[in-house]
Amino acid sequence: MVEITTVIKNRAGIHARPAAMIVQTAGKFKSRIFLEKGGDRINAKSIMGIITLGAGYETQIKIIADGEDEADAAAAVERLFQTRFEED
Amino acid sequence: MDDKRFTVLDLLDLDLKEHDALDLRCIGGRKGLGREINGPDINRPGLALSGFFESFAFQRIQLIGRGEAAYLRLRASEGKSAEVDKIFSYPVPCFIFANSEAPEPAFAAAAEAADCPLLLSDLSSTEMASRLMRVLATIFAPKTSAHGVLVEVYGIGILLTGDSGVGKSETALELIERGHRLVADDVVEIRCVSGNILMGSGANKVIGHHMEIRGLGIINVTHLFGVGAIRDKKQVQLICKLEEWDATKVYDRIGTEENTDDILGVKVPRLDIPVKPGRNIPIIVETAAMNERLKKMGYYSAREFNQNILRWLESESARAVYFGRNESI
Repeated sequence: MVEITTVIKNRAGIHARPAAMIVQTAGKFKSRIFLEKGGDRINAKSIMGIITLGAGYETQIKIIADGEDEADAAAAVERLFQTRFEED
Repeated sequence: MDDKRFTVLDLLDLDLKEHDALDLRCIGGRKGLGREINGPDINRPGLALSGFFESFAFQRIQLIGRGEAAYLRLRASEGKSAEVDKIFSYPVPCFIFANSEAPEPAFAAAAEAADCPLLLSDLSSTEMASRLMRVLATIFAPKTSAHGVLVEVYGIGILLTGDSGVGKSETALELIERGHRLVADDVVEIRCVSGNILMGSGANKVIGHHMEIRGLGIINVTHLFGVGAIRDKKQVQLICKLEEWDATKVYDRIGTEENTDDILGVKVPRLDIPVKPGRNIPIIVETAAMNERLKKMGYYSAREFNQNILRWLESESARAVYFGRNESI
Protein backbone atom coordinates (compact mmCIF):
# COMPACT_ATOMS: atom_id res chain seq x y z
CA MET A 1 0.00 0.00 0.00
CA VAL A 2 1.29 3.45 -0.95
CA GLU A 3 0.17 6.69 0.65
CA ILE A 4 0.98 10.17 -0.62
CA THR A 5 -0.28 13.35 1.02
CA THR A 6 -0.78 16.32 -1.24
CA VAL A 7 -2.47 19.69 -1.27
CA ILE A 8 -4.92 21.10 -3.81
CA LYS A 9 -3.18 23.92 -5.61
CA ASN A 10 -5.74 25.06 -8.16
CA ARG A 11 -8.00 27.87 -6.97
CA ALA A 12 -11.28 26.29 -7.99
CA GLY A 13 -10.68 23.11 -6.02
CA ILE A 14 -11.89 19.74 -7.25
CA HIS A 15 -14.95 20.42 -9.34
CA ALA A 16 -16.36 18.26 -12.12
CA ARG A 17 -13.47 18.55 -14.62
CA PRO A 18 -10.61 17.73 -12.21
CA ALA A 19 -12.73 14.92 -10.78
CA ALA A 20 -13.12 13.46 -14.25
CA MET A 21 -9.36 13.68 -14.78
CA ILE A 22 -8.69 11.83 -11.54
CA VAL A 23 -11.20 9.13 -12.43
CA GLN A 24 -9.72 8.68 -15.90
CA THR A 25 -6.21 8.43 -14.55
CA ALA A 26 -7.20 6.11 -11.71
CA GLY A 27 -9.14 3.91 -14.11
CA LYS A 28 -5.99 3.05 -16.04
CA PHE A 29 -4.56 1.18 -13.08
CA LYS A 30 -5.53 -2.13 -11.58
CA SER A 31 -4.90 -1.03 -8.00
CA ARG A 32 -7.65 0.10 -5.72
CA ILE A 33 -7.17 3.85 -5.31
CA PHE A 34 -8.72 6.03 -2.62
CA LEU A 35 -8.67 9.69 -1.73
CA GLU A 36 -8.97 10.75 1.86
CA LYS A 37 -9.97 14.15 3.17
CA GLY A 38 -10.30 14.53 6.92
CA GLY A 39 -11.89 11.26 7.91
CA ASP A 40 -13.75 10.68 4.66
CA ARG A 41 -12.34 8.08 2.32
CA ILE A 42 -13.76 7.60 -1.14
CA ASN A 43 -13.01 5.53 -4.20
CA ALA A 44 -10.91 7.50 -6.69
CA LYS A 45 -12.56 5.66 -9.58
CA SER A 46 -15.95 7.26 -8.92
CA ILE A 47 -16.70 10.79 -10.11
CA MET A 48 -19.59 11.46 -7.77
CA GLY A 49 -17.53 10.22 -4.85
CA ILE A 50 -14.69 12.62 -5.57
CA ILE A 51 -17.03 15.56 -6.00
CA THR A 52 -18.78 14.63 -2.76
CA LEU A 53 -15.50 15.20 -0.91
CA GLY A 54 -16.02 18.90 -1.52
CA ALA A 55 -12.28 19.50 -1.62
CA GLY A 56 -11.49 23.18 -2.04
CA TYR A 57 -8.31 25.21 -2.49
CA GLU A 58 -5.44 24.21 -0.16
CA THR A 59 -7.26 21.18 1.22
CA GLN A 60 -5.00 18.35 2.25
CA ILE A 61 -5.72 15.11 0.41
CA LYS A 62 -4.21 11.71 1.04
CA ILE A 63 -3.87 9.44 -1.97
CA ILE A 64 -3.92 5.76 -1.11
CA ALA A 65 -3.20 3.04 -3.65
CA ASP A 66 -3.28 -0.67 -3.01
CA GLY A 67 -2.52 -3.35 -5.59
CA GLU A 68 0.08 -4.58 -8.04
CA ASP A 69 0.73 -1.19 -9.69
CA GLU A 70 0.21 0.88 -6.55
CA ALA A 71 3.39 3.00 -6.79
CA ASP A 72 2.70 4.09 -10.38
CA ALA A 73 -0.97 4.68 -9.64
CA ALA A 74 -0.38 6.92 -6.63
CA ALA A 75 2.33 8.84 -8.49
CA ALA A 76 0.12 9.36 -11.54
CA VAL A 77 -2.75 10.71 -9.44
CA GLU A 78 -0.40 12.93 -7.44
CA ARG A 79 0.99 14.37 -10.69
CA LEU A 80 -2.50 15.69 -11.49
CA PHE A 81 -2.56 17.58 -8.21
CA GLN A 82 0.95 18.92 -8.83
CA THR A 83 0.09 20.18 -12.31
CA ARG A 84 -3.04 21.88 -10.89
CA PHE A 85 -5.23 19.81 -13.20
CA GLU A 86 -3.93 21.97 -16.05
CA GLU A 87 -5.77 24.97 -14.57
CA ASP A 88 -4.82 28.50 -13.41
CA MET B 1 -19.21 15.85 9.27
CA ASP B 2 -16.66 13.19 10.19
CA ASP B 3 -14.00 14.32 12.65
CA LYS B 4 -15.56 17.72 12.50
CA ARG B 5 -16.80 19.58 15.51
CA PHE B 6 -20.53 20.08 15.76
CA THR B 7 -21.00 23.66 16.87
CA VAL B 8 -23.95 25.77 18.00
CA LEU B 9 -23.83 27.42 14.56
CA ASP B 10 -24.24 23.99 12.94
CA LEU B 11 -27.29 23.41 15.14
CA LEU B 12 -28.82 26.67 13.90
CA ASP B 13 -27.92 25.77 10.32
CA LEU B 14 -29.64 22.38 10.32
CA ASP B 15 -32.23 22.08 7.62
CA LEU B 16 -35.04 20.38 9.54
CA LYS B 17 -38.60 20.03 8.44
CA GLU B 18 -42.04 19.71 9.98
CA HIS B 19 -41.98 17.66 13.15
CA ASP B 20 -38.22 18.02 13.49
CA ALA B 21 -38.02 21.80 13.09
CA LEU B 22 -36.46 23.48 16.09
CA ASP B 23 -37.34 27.08 15.17
CA LEU B 24 -34.23 28.35 16.88
CA ARG B 25 -32.93 31.88 16.56
CA CYS B 26 -29.95 33.44 18.21
CA ILE B 27 -30.75 36.39 20.49
CA GLY B 28 -27.38 36.96 22.09
CA GLY B 29 -23.80 35.82 22.63
CA ARG B 30 -23.12 35.50 18.93
CA LYS B 31 -19.38 35.40 19.48
CA GLY B 32 -19.83 32.01 21.09
CA LEU B 33 -21.61 30.38 18.14
CA GLY B 34 -18.44 28.42 17.42
CA ARG B 35 -18.78 26.59 20.75
CA GLU B 36 -18.83 22.86 20.36
CA ILE B 37 -21.74 20.61 21.26
CA ASN B 38 -20.16 17.28 22.04
CA GLY B 39 -22.99 15.05 23.05
CA PRO B 40 -26.64 14.31 22.38
CA ASP B 41 -27.78 15.05 25.95
CA ILE B 42 -29.53 18.11 27.24
CA ASN B 43 -29.76 19.53 30.73
CA ARG B 44 -32.43 21.46 32.62
CA PRO B 45 -30.35 23.77 34.81
CA GLY B 46 -32.94 24.22 37.58
CA LEU B 47 -30.64 23.00 40.35
CA ALA B 48 -27.69 25.06 39.15
CA LEU B 49 -29.85 28.19 38.96
CA SER B 50 -30.90 27.65 42.56
CA GLY B 51 -27.26 27.47 43.58
CA PHE B 52 -26.45 23.74 43.59
CA PHE B 53 -23.54 23.20 41.23
CA GLU B 54 -22.40 19.70 42.18
CA SER B 55 -22.45 17.37 39.14
CA PHE B 56 -23.65 20.27 37.02
CA ALA B 57 -23.70 18.96 33.43
CA PHE B 58 -22.27 22.17 31.98
CA GLN B 59 -21.03 20.49 28.80
CA ARG B 60 -24.60 19.92 27.63
CA ILE B 61 -27.09 22.21 25.98
CA GLN B 62 -29.02 23.98 28.75
CA LEU B 63 -32.76 24.13 28.22
CA ILE B 64 -34.77 26.73 30.07
CA GLY B 65 -38.53 26.27 30.30
CA ARG B 66 -41.31 28.19 32.04
CA GLY B 67 -40.27 27.24 35.58
CA GLU B 68 -36.63 28.17 35.18
CA ALA B 69 -37.56 31.38 33.38
CA ALA B 70 -39.94 32.38 36.16
CA TYR B 71 -37.29 31.67 38.79
CA LEU B 72 -34.74 33.75 36.86
CA ARG B 73 -37.24 36.62 36.72
CA LEU B 74 -37.82 36.36 40.44
CA ARG B 75 -34.10 36.41 41.23
CA ALA B 76 -33.60 39.35 38.88
CA SER B 77 -36.41 41.29 40.56
CA GLU B 78 -34.71 40.63 43.91
CA GLY B 79 -31.50 41.93 42.38
CA LYS B 80 -29.60 38.67 43.00
CA SER B 81 -27.31 37.29 40.32
CA ALA B 82 -24.70 35.11 42.04
CA GLU B 83 -25.91 31.85 40.41
CA VAL B 84 -26.17 33.47 36.99
CA ASP B 85 -22.61 34.77 37.28
CA LYS B 86 -21.42 31.39 38.41
CA ILE B 87 -23.24 29.47 35.67
CA PHE B 88 -21.46 31.56 33.05
CA SER B 89 -18.09 30.70 34.54
CA TYR B 90 -18.67 27.22 33.07
CA PRO B 91 -18.07 26.66 29.33
CA VAL B 92 -21.74 25.96 28.59
CA PRO B 93 -22.29 25.38 24.82
CA CYS B 94 -25.53 27.38 24.74
CA PHE B 95 -28.79 28.19 26.50
CA ILE B 96 -32.10 27.54 24.81
CA PHE B 97 -35.15 29.46 25.99
CA ALA B 98 -38.41 27.70 25.15
CA ASN B 99 -41.91 29.24 24.90
CA SER B 100 -40.43 32.41 23.36
CA GLU B 101 -39.66 33.66 26.87
CA ALA B 102 -36.65 35.88 26.34
CA PRO B 103 -34.28 36.18 29.31
CA GLU B 104 -33.97 39.23 31.58
CA PRO B 105 -31.58 41.93 30.34
CA ALA B 106 -29.16 41.11 33.17
CA PHE B 107 -28.99 37.45 32.09
CA ALA B 108 -28.52 38.47 28.45
CA ALA B 109 -25.73 40.86 29.43
CA ALA B 110 -23.97 38.15 31.44
CA ALA B 111 -24.25 35.76 28.47
CA GLU B 112 -22.88 38.43 26.14
CA ALA B 113 -19.93 39.01 28.46
CA ALA B 114 -19.23 35.27 28.63
CA ASP B 115 -19.67 34.80 24.84
CA CYS B 116 -22.30 32.17 25.50
CA PRO B 117 -24.98 31.92 22.79
CA LEU B 118 -28.62 32.39 23.80
CA LEU B 119 -31.18 30.75 21.54
CA LEU B 120 -34.90 31.33 21.57
CA SER B 121 -37.67 29.09 20.29
CA ASP B 122 -41.47 29.15 20.09
CA LEU B 123 -41.73 25.50 21.07
CA SER B 124 -42.68 24.38 24.55
CA SER B 125 -39.81 23.01 26.60
CA THR B 126 -41.09 19.42 26.50
CA GLU B 127 -41.51 19.51 22.74
CA MET B 128 -38.13 21.20 22.40
CA ALA B 129 -36.51 18.54 24.55
CA SER B 130 -37.95 15.65 22.57
CA ARG B 131 -37.11 17.22 19.21
CA LEU B 132 -33.59 18.10 20.31
CA MET B 133 -33.02 14.57 21.56
CA ARG B 134 -34.22 13.15 18.26
CA VAL B 135 -32.14 15.51 16.15
CA LEU B 136 -28.99 15.20 18.24
CA ALA B 137 -29.30 11.41 18.46
CA THR B 138 -29.16 11.29 14.65
CA ILE B 139 -26.23 13.69 14.49
CA PHE B 140 -24.19 11.83 17.07
CA ALA B 141 -25.20 8.39 15.79
CA PRO B 142 -22.33 6.19 14.62
CA LYS B 143 -21.92 6.55 10.89
CA THR B 144 -20.00 5.25 7.96
CA SER B 145 -20.06 5.70 4.23
CA ALA B 146 -20.55 2.96 1.70
CA HIS B 147 -19.63 2.86 -1.97
CA GLY B 148 -22.77 1.93 -3.85
CA VAL B 149 -26.21 3.06 -4.88
CA LEU B 150 -29.12 3.15 -2.46
CA VAL B 151 -32.51 2.65 -4.08
CA GLU B 152 -35.97 2.03 -2.72
CA VAL B 153 -37.65 -0.84 -4.54
CA TYR B 154 -41.22 -1.77 -3.56
CA GLY B 155 -40.62 -0.08 -0.21
CA ILE B 156 -37.43 -1.98 0.55
CA GLY B 157 -34.16 -0.03 0.85
CA ILE B 158 -31.60 -1.84 -1.28
CA LEU B 159 -27.92 -0.99 -1.32
CA LEU B 160 -26.39 -2.01 -4.65
CA THR B 161 -22.68 -2.58 -4.21
CA GLY B 162 -19.89 -3.98 -6.35
CA ASP B 163 -16.69 -2.92 -8.06
CA SER B 164 -16.51 0.14 -10.30
CA GLY B 165 -17.90 -0.51 -13.75
CA VAL B 166 -19.98 -3.54 -12.80
CA GLY B 167 -23.18 -1.64 -13.60
CA LYS B 168 -24.56 -0.36 -10.30
CA SER B 169 -25.64 3.00 -11.68
CA GLU B 170 -27.11 1.48 -14.86
CA THR B 171 -29.11 -0.99 -12.77
CA ALA B 172 -30.33 1.85 -10.57
CA LEU B 173 -31.30 3.88 -13.64
CA GLU B 174 -33.40 1.04 -15.00
CA LEU B 175 -35.04 0.65 -11.57
CA ILE B 176 -35.87 4.37 -11.50
CA GLU B 177 -37.30 4.08 -15.00
CA ARG B 178 -39.52 1.28 -13.70
CA GLY B 179 -40.91 3.61 -11.05
CA HIS B 180 -38.63 2.95 -8.08
CA ARG B 181 -36.73 5.62 -6.19
CA LEU B 182 -33.15 6.80 -5.92
CA VAL B 183 -31.84 7.73 -2.50
CA ALA B 184 -28.13 8.23 -3.15
CA ASP B 185 -25.64 7.37 -5.85
CA ASP B 186 -22.04 6.38 -5.32
CA VAL B 187 -21.44 7.60 -1.79
CA VAL B 188 -24.10 6.51 0.68
CA GLU B 189 -23.87 7.84 4.19
CA ILE B 190 -25.20 5.31 6.67
CA ARG B 191 -26.11 6.16 10.25
CA CYS B 192 -27.06 3.66 12.89
CA VAL B 193 -30.04 5.15 14.71
CA SER B 194 -31.88 3.67 17.69
CA GLY B 195 -29.25 0.95 17.92
CA ASN B 196 -30.40 -1.25 15.05
CA ILE B 197 -31.78 0.85 12.22
CA LEU B 198 -29.42 1.74 9.40
CA MET B 199 -30.51 4.96 7.79
CA GLY B 200 -28.93 5.70 4.43
CA SER B 201 -28.84 9.06 2.74
CA GLY B 202 -26.80 11.05 0.27
CA ALA B 203 -23.57 12.48 1.64
CA ASN B 204 -24.14 15.91 0.25
CA LYS B 205 -27.27 17.94 -0.46
CA VAL B 206 -25.65 19.94 -3.28
CA ILE B 207 -24.92 16.95 -5.47
CA GLY B 208 -27.77 14.82 -4.16
CA HIS B 209 -29.76 12.80 -6.66
CA HIS B 210 -27.28 13.20 -9.47
CA MET B 211 -25.89 10.10 -11.12
CA GLU B 212 -22.92 9.42 -13.29
CA ILE B 213 -23.71 7.18 -16.23
CA ARG B 214 -20.82 6.17 -18.41
CA GLY B 215 -21.23 7.64 -21.85
CA LEU B 216 -23.79 10.20 -20.68
CA GLY B 217 -21.96 11.96 -17.93
CA ILE B 218 -23.69 13.44 -14.91
CA ILE B 219 -27.47 13.49 -14.99
CA ASN B 220 -29.98 15.09 -12.65
CA VAL B 221 -32.46 12.39 -11.68
CA THR B 222 -34.94 14.81 -10.09
CA HIS B 223 -35.25 16.87 -13.26
CA LEU B 224 -35.31 13.90 -15.61
CA PHE B 225 -37.69 11.61 -13.75
CA GLY B 226 -39.48 13.97 -11.39
CA VAL B 227 -39.63 14.22 -7.62
CA GLY B 228 -41.50 10.93 -7.49
CA ALA B 229 -38.26 9.20 -8.45
CA ILE B 230 -36.27 10.29 -5.43
CA ARG B 231 -36.30 10.26 -1.69
CA ASP B 232 -33.96 11.78 0.89
CA LYS B 233 -33.33 8.86 3.20
CA LYS B 234 -34.24 5.25 3.52
CA GLN B 235 -33.43 2.40 5.81
CA VAL B 236 -30.88 -0.05 4.36
CA GLN B 237 -32.68 -3.40 4.50
CA LEU B 238 -30.95 -5.49 1.87
CA ILE B 239 -27.61 -5.48 0.13
CA CYS B 240 -27.35 -6.67 -3.46
CA LYS B 241 -23.74 -7.23 -4.36
CA LEU B 242 -23.26 -7.22 -8.11
CA GLU B 243 -20.18 -9.08 -9.30
CA GLU B 244 -18.71 -10.29 -12.56
CA TRP B 245 -19.84 -13.83 -13.30
CA ASP B 246 -17.20 -16.12 -11.85
CA ALA B 247 -17.43 -19.64 -13.30
CA THR B 248 -15.52 -21.08 -10.36
CA LYS B 249 -17.76 -19.57 -7.70
CA VAL B 250 -20.81 -21.42 -6.43
CA TYR B 251 -23.88 -19.20 -6.42
CA ASP B 252 -26.90 -19.80 -4.27
CA ARG B 253 -29.34 -21.80 -6.37
CA ILE B 254 -32.01 -22.49 -3.80
CA GLY B 255 -32.08 -19.45 -1.54
CA THR B 256 -32.26 -21.11 1.84
CA GLU B 257 -28.81 -19.83 2.75
CA GLU B 258 -28.61 -16.44 4.34
CA ASN B 259 -25.53 -14.30 3.95
CA THR B 260 -25.27 -11.12 5.95
CA ASP B 261 -22.98 -8.11 5.94
CA ASP B 262 -22.13 -6.22 9.06
CA ILE B 263 -22.64 -2.47 8.91
CA LEU B 264 -21.98 -0.58 12.16
CA GLY B 265 -22.73 -3.75 14.09
CA VAL B 266 -26.08 -4.38 12.40
CA LYS B 267 -26.48 -7.48 10.26
CA VAL B 268 -28.00 -6.84 6.84
CA PRO B 269 -29.01 -9.69 4.51
CA ARG B 270 -26.84 -9.82 1.41
CA LEU B 271 -27.44 -11.39 -1.99
CA ASP B 272 -24.54 -11.98 -4.37
CA ILE B 273 -25.83 -11.43 -7.88
CA PRO B 274 -23.60 -12.47 -10.76
CA VAL B 275 -23.64 -10.10 -13.72
CA LYS B 276 -23.40 -11.46 -17.23
CA PRO B 277 -24.44 -9.95 -20.55
CA GLY B 278 -28.06 -10.82 -21.19
CA ARG B 279 -28.96 -11.12 -17.53
CA ASN B 280 -31.58 -8.57 -16.58
CA ILE B 281 -30.29 -7.34 -13.24
CA PRO B 282 -33.06 -4.80 -12.45
CA ILE B 283 -35.75 -7.47 -12.59
CA ILE B 284 -33.67 -9.70 -10.34
CA VAL B 285 -33.32 -6.83 -7.86
CA GLU B 286 -37.07 -6.16 -8.05
CA THR B 287 -37.82 -9.79 -7.36
CA ALA B 288 -35.32 -9.81 -4.49
CA ALA B 289 -37.15 -6.83 -2.99
CA MET B 290 -40.53 -8.54 -3.22
CA ASN B 291 -39.08 -11.74 -1.80
CA GLU B 292 -37.63 -9.73 1.09
CA ARG B 293 -41.08 -8.31 1.78
CA LEU B 294 -42.53 -11.80 1.82
CA LYS B 295 -39.84 -12.81 4.31
CA LYS B 296 -40.76 -9.87 6.52
CA MET B 297 -44.33 -11.19 6.47
CA GLY B 298 -42.96 -14.55 7.59
CA TYR B 299 -43.11 -16.35 4.27
CA TYR B 300 -39.82 -17.79 3.04
CA SER B 301 -40.27 -18.93 -0.57
CA ALA B 302 -37.31 -21.31 -0.62
CA ARG B 303 -37.97 -22.78 2.80
CA GLU B 304 -41.67 -23.22 2.13
CA PHE B 305 -40.91 -24.83 -1.22
CA ASN B 306 -38.57 -27.31 0.42
CA GLN B 307 -41.10 -28.15 3.12
CA ASN B 308 -43.69 -28.84 0.45
CA ILE B 309 -41.29 -31.17 -1.30
CA LEU B 310 -40.54 -32.99 1.94
CA ARG B 311 -44.25 -33.36 2.65
CA TRP B 312 -44.88 -34.63 -0.85
CA LEU B 313 -42.03 -37.15 -0.67
CA GLU B 314 -43.39 -38.37 2.64
CA SER B 315 -46.89 -38.86 1.28
CA GLU B 316 -45.48 -40.53 -1.81
CA SER B 317 -43.60 -43.02 0.30
CA ALA B 318 -46.69 -43.53 2.43
CA ARG B 319 -48.69 -44.27 -0.72
CA ALA B 320 -45.96 -46.63 -1.87
CA VAL B 321 -46.64 -48.78 1.19
CA TYR B 322 -50.26 -49.26 0.07
CA PHE B 323 -49.27 -49.78 -3.53
CA GLY B 324 -46.75 -52.33 -2.36
CA ARG B 325 -49.51 -54.24 -0.49
CA ASN B 326 -51.85 -54.06 -3.45
CA GLU B 327 -49.25 -55.67 -5.64
CA SER B 328 -48.63 -58.44 -3.15
CA ILE B 329 -52.31 -59.36 -2.94
